[in-house]
Amino acid sequence: MSTQPAIKGRTWCFGDGISTDLLSPGQYAVDSLEVRKMHTLESVDPRFATDVQVGDVVVAGRDFGCGSSRETAPENLKELGVACVVADSFSRLFLRNAVAIGLPVLPCPGASDAFSPGCDIEVDLATGEVRNTEEGTLLHGEPLPEAMRRILYAGGMLAILKSDHPESLESLE
Amino acid sequence: MGMTLAEKILARASGKDQVVAGEFVVAKVDLAMTHDIFAAQVFDHLVDAGITRVFDQEHTVVVMDHLVPPSTTAAAEQHKRIREHVTKFGIENFYEAGSGICHQLLPERGHVWPGMLVVGTDSHTTTHGALGAASTGIGTSEMSYALATGTLWFRVPETIRFDLEGSLEEGVSWKDVVLWIAGRFGTDVAQYRSIEFAGPSASQVSVSSRLTICNMAVEMGAKFGMFAPDEVTADYLANLQDSGVVQGWQQRYDEHRVEPDADATYLAVHTVPLGEIGPQVALPHEVDHVVPVGEAAGTVIQQAFIGSCTNGRLDDLAAAAAVLKGRQVHPRVRLIVAPASRWVYQEALRQGVIQILADAGASVLPAGCGPCFGGHGGLLASGERCIGTHNRNFIGRMGSATAEIFLASPETVAASAVAGHIADPRELIGANTPPDAPSLGTREGDIVYATSHQR
Repeated sequence: MSTQPAIKGRTWCFGDGISTDLLSPGQYAVDSLEVRKMHTLESVDPRFATDVQVGDVVVAGRDFGCGSSRETAPENLKELGVACVVADSFSRLFLRNAVAIGLPVLPCPGASDAFSPGCDIEVDLATGEVRNTEEGTLLHGEPLPEAMRRILYAGGMLAILKSDHPESLESLE
Repeated sequence: MGMTLAEKILARASGKDQVVAGEFVVAKVDLAMTHDIFAAQVFDHLVDAGITRVFDQEHTVVVMDHLVPPSTTAAAEQHKRIREHVTKFGIENFYEAGSGICHQLLPERGHVWPGMLVVGTDSHTTTHGALGAASTGIGTSEMSYALATGTLWFRVPETIRFDLEGSLEEGVSWKDVVLWIAGRFGTDVAQYRSIEFAGPSASQVSVSSRLTICNMAVEMGAKFGMFAPDEVTADYLANLQDSGVVQGWQQRYDEHRVEPDADATYLAVHTVPLGEIGPQVALPHEVDHVVPVGEAAGTVIQQAFIGSCTNGRLDDLAAAAAVLKGRQVHPRVRLIVAPASRWVYQEALRQGVIQILADAGASVLPAGCGPCFGGHGGLLASGERCIGTHNRNFIGRMGSATAEIFLASPETVAASAVAGHIADPRELIGANTPPDAPSLGTREGDIVYATSHQR
């Protein structure tokens, strides 16, 4: 499996229980991606969608992405340029959907306490290492199982479906 | 080595004799459902990938339930696009707007069977574990993949078991039980895991209430929430056959029913002492922020909602009617009712339940998701409070980010609508119980979809 370079970025910090209702509000369910993504997290930080920069990293507390199955939640983050989400824990569906669309995610207990907004962060998806490069601290996250990382690095489920070997999912076993 | 329900179903679906928790498998999907929020995108992806047919016509279901009827032109356009896809792909199991909520229609119209591996583009797809299926939510890209190939990857989950013991007190419903479990054990107790609801009192739970409980399993993070098939399940399926909805139930049941092995491995086993549980309320803004109703009593509300895939079934509406009969909704409260399906609506009409609700001052919406997901049909203004029978009370779920949502049983929501503030339904028990609706706490067994009411 190919190794991927560490993700380096600047943090945006959120608390526990950031739901898909916050990440992709139901009122904009049928709006275009361009409209929808501008409402990402607006109820907790109205500046997020306009100020987030390509390559920024979202750091959050427990149960990130809880709630609805809406894939628009990770999609909004990815489209806004978020490079990775690091959270104390993730909801199952968000984790699955993030991998399915190719948005890097890393469960890392303690991450929410280790970072404040605007910190420099370095994330190694394969080893699970998360560094606060300003303070020199190192956390050990839980790298995704290899099967999930393969889907992530392949560009997600649709990329696999459109490939010459859509049945290649079998090789994940 | 013994297997849990989840392990047995995933082993069968992936063609293996044995799987263990933690293992990754690629499994054959037995039933796939998508609804109007995501169906257009799911089929767009298929078209984009050059795929012209789904893996299995008979086991693909498309339901229009969220944006019903469309409240914006954009929603109407989305519905139109879905109908075009449905025609093009030749989807036969298509339920038009007004038929009901996907999680009511799958069990009501005989799509779900014990032992099935079911996926749906809705987090509450866990609901169908009520019939002993391994059923879970997925996203749109994964649904496109599943519809194209008939397969999907799964990590075999560890299982937590909740053993139900004792009996419910009068005025307490199974919604209170699942809220109590969420409150006691937290919303991430079952993260990436499967839940089995079992124990000596599992046989007291109707399929309708099992649907309520398994629906909320996802609120504890669960991949699956299941009851092992038993006589209650068998009776439900036999009744579906008597009503002309399904055929050959006995054979299918015998072939596919699964039970956990006696020596299966559980991550934890917890006892749920039913007799100690009273009416519960989940406070804003987390589903595990649960207190006995007394601790929330007196909180002024502006809206009350009875419906959703959690509690929009016939026995739920009847339980609310039992409280509302002969009473009036508080003049400062909007009571909104959304039956879970057209059949529920018709049956509630036939039994006089809707009459009671309307007489009390309820506004009855078409069968569908109603305001639950915050799309339409009763959104909240800043600072307003709503108590509802649905499943989520997150910030911004039903409109304004400063609105507050409380979750409770149909009985508690009805009592609160009358009082104008959160109230204990047991205070209204005994007085004016209608003869034509089940009395509080003693809900009747399942009433299933009847031939006479088919479209």
